[in-house]
Amino acid sequence: MSEYSADVVVIGGGVVGCAVAFELAQRGCTNVIVVERGTLACGSTGRCGAGVRQQFGTELNCVLARESVRIFEKMDEYLDYEPGVEFRQSGYLILAFSDKQWDQFKKNVALQRSLGIDVKMLTVDEALEIVPFLNTEGMVGATFCNTDGFANPFHTTFAYGQAAKRLGVRIMTHTTVTGIEVENDRIKAVVTDKGKIATDTVVNCAGAYSGDIAKMAGIDLPVWGERHQILVTEPVEPLMGPMVISFHHDFYFQQSVHGSFLGGIGLPEPKGYNIMSTVEFLERMAATLKQLLPPLTQLRVVRQWAGLYDRSPDAQPILGECPPVEKFYNANGFSGHGFMVAPIVGVLLAELITTGKTSIDISKLDMGRFARGELVFEPSVVG
Amino acid sequence: MPENPRPDDNTIICRCEDITLGEIRALIAQGYTTIDEIKRVSRAGMGQCQGRTCRQLIAREIAQALGITVEQVELPQFRPPTRPIVLSTIVEGEGNE
Ligand SMILES: Cc1cc2nc3c(=O)[nH]c(=O)nc-3n(C[C@H](O)[C@H](O)[C@H](O)COP(=O)(O)OP(=O)(O)OC[C@H]3O[C@@H](n4cnc5c(N)ncnc54)[C@H](O)[C@@H]3O)c2cc1C
Repeated sequence: MSEYSADVVVIGGGVVGCAVAFELAQRGCTNVIVVERGTLACGSTGRCGAGVRQQFGTELNCVLARESVRIFEKMDEYLDYEPGVEFRQSGYLILAFSDKQWDQFKKNVALQRSLGIDVKMLTVDEALEIVPFLNTEGMVGATFCNTDGFANPFHTTFAYGQAAKRLGVRIMTHTTVTGIEVENDRIKAVVTDKGKIATDTVVNCAGAYSGDIAKMAGIDLPVWGERHQILVTEPVEPLMGPMVISFHHDFYFQQSVHGSFLGGIGLPEPKGYNIMSTVEFLERMAATLKQLLPPLTQLRVVRQWAGLYDRSPDAQPILGECPPVEKFYNANGFSGHGFMVAPIVGVLLAELITTGKTSIDISKLDMGRFARGELVFEPSVVG
Repeated sequence: MPENPRPDDNTIICRCEDITLGEIRALIAQGYTTIDEIKRVSRAGMGQCQGRTCRQLIAREIAQALGITVEQVELPQFRPPTRPIVLSTIVEGEGNE
C-alpha cells in the first residue's frame, strides 16, 4: 500500500531538484512530489559560492551556462519572486599564469565568442584597470566576461520551490528516501521514512548522494562526494567588482552584494561525505590571498564552512535516463558548477520527461558515456 | 512564571543585519520554521556576531509559533572561527615557508 502517489518524484530539494520540479509543473506535469531529507537548499546548494560563469572550455558547458544566464537575468519575474534572487553581473576575471594556460585560454575564448559569449582577452595592465590591487607577478594575462556574475543560492532555490508549489507541486521536507522499488526494470514506488510514494518516474537530484540513490534502484552511478571548503569575511565597502579566479592556484574570491568576500581554494580530498572545516584551508587561503590580492588579507574572516562537490569521473554533469531501468532520470555529477547551470538543467530535464526530446542536445552527457569511453573533459574547473 | 509582555514587532532582533521581530514573525508565518532557514532567507545571524544575540531570540519565536519548547527547535551548526580573525595574522602564524 502506498500513502502517496505522483507522476514524478524528484529526489533532492537543492537548486536542481526545485528547478526540475518547477519546469515540470510549467509544462502541465503538476502531480510532482519533491522529497528532501532536510530543508530546501540545506545541501551543496546552500554551501556554494553561487558563482555563474560562461567561460568554459567545452561547447556544451558554454551553452548550458549561457542559457542559464539568460534565465537568471529575468528570474525574479519568471518565478514571480518578490525578495529577488540577487543576480548580479559583475563579471569574472580569470587569470593566466603560464604560456601554456594562456594558449588554452585563447582556444576557450575563441570557442566562447563563437557561441555568442562576449569574453575579452586582457593584458596584465588591462586586468589591473579592473582590479587595481592585483599582484600581477608571474601573470601572463586574463580573460574577462562582464555578463558572468553570481546569485543568492538560497533565494534562487526558494524562488523555484515556491513557484513550483504555487503550480501544485508538493514539497516534502524532513523526509528521507530509503528505497526505490523496481520490477522488471520499471519503477513502482519511492520508499521514504514518511511512507511510500507510488510512481513510475524518478529524477535523481540528490547531489553528492546521487550514487546512493541510484544504488537503491540497482544502478551503479559513478557520482561521489568531495569536500570543498569556503570562507566569508566581514562586510566592507565595495572594493572588487568581478569574481577573480586562478586555475593555477585553484582559487576563487569574490565580493558579495552584502559587502562580504567569499572564496575558496582546492585541497586534495578523498571521496566521502566529510564536511568539517580545517585550519589548513584557512592557511592556504590566507597565503594565496597574500600572493594574489595582498590588501584583502586585512579582512576578518567571520565564518568558514564546507560542502560537497557531486563529482563525476570527467567533472561533467550526468543528465538523462539510464537504461535498463525505465524513467529513472539523473541530474547530478555537476562537479562544482551545478548552481550556475541549474536553470537550464531544469528546463531540459522537464522537456525530456514530458516530450522525450530536448531543445539542446545533451545526449553526450548520458551515463552511458562512461561505458562507451566517451568522456567529455572540461579543462576549466576550480576550487 | 510571569508572562513576559510580547515584544513589539519593531524590536531589532539581529543587530548586525538590522532585522526586526516583525520580519522574523512574518517568515515563520510563511513556513520558515528552523533557525537555519530563517538565516538563509533573511541573513539574520549571518553578520559579524554570527548569531550570538539573535539565535536564542529566534528560537523562542519559532517555539512560540509552533507550540513547542525552545529545546525542541532545530539548532544550527556552530562553525569556526569563534571570533572574527584577520587573515594576515594567519599567514604570519604559518612559519617561515
Ligand atoms: C564550497 C562549494 C562552492 C561551490 N561553488 C559553486 C559556484 O560558485 N558555482 C556553481 O555553479 N556551483 C558551485 N558549487 C557546486 C554546487 O553547490 C552544486 O553543484 C549544486 O548546488 C548542486 O545542486 P543540487 O541541487 O544538485 O544538490 P544539493 O544542493 O546537494 O541538493 C541535493 C539534496 O538532496 C538531498 N538528499 C540527499 N539524499 C537524500 C535522501 N536519501 N532523501 C531525501 N533527500 C536527500 C540533500 O539533503 C540535498 O538537499 C559549489 C559547491 C561547494 C561545496
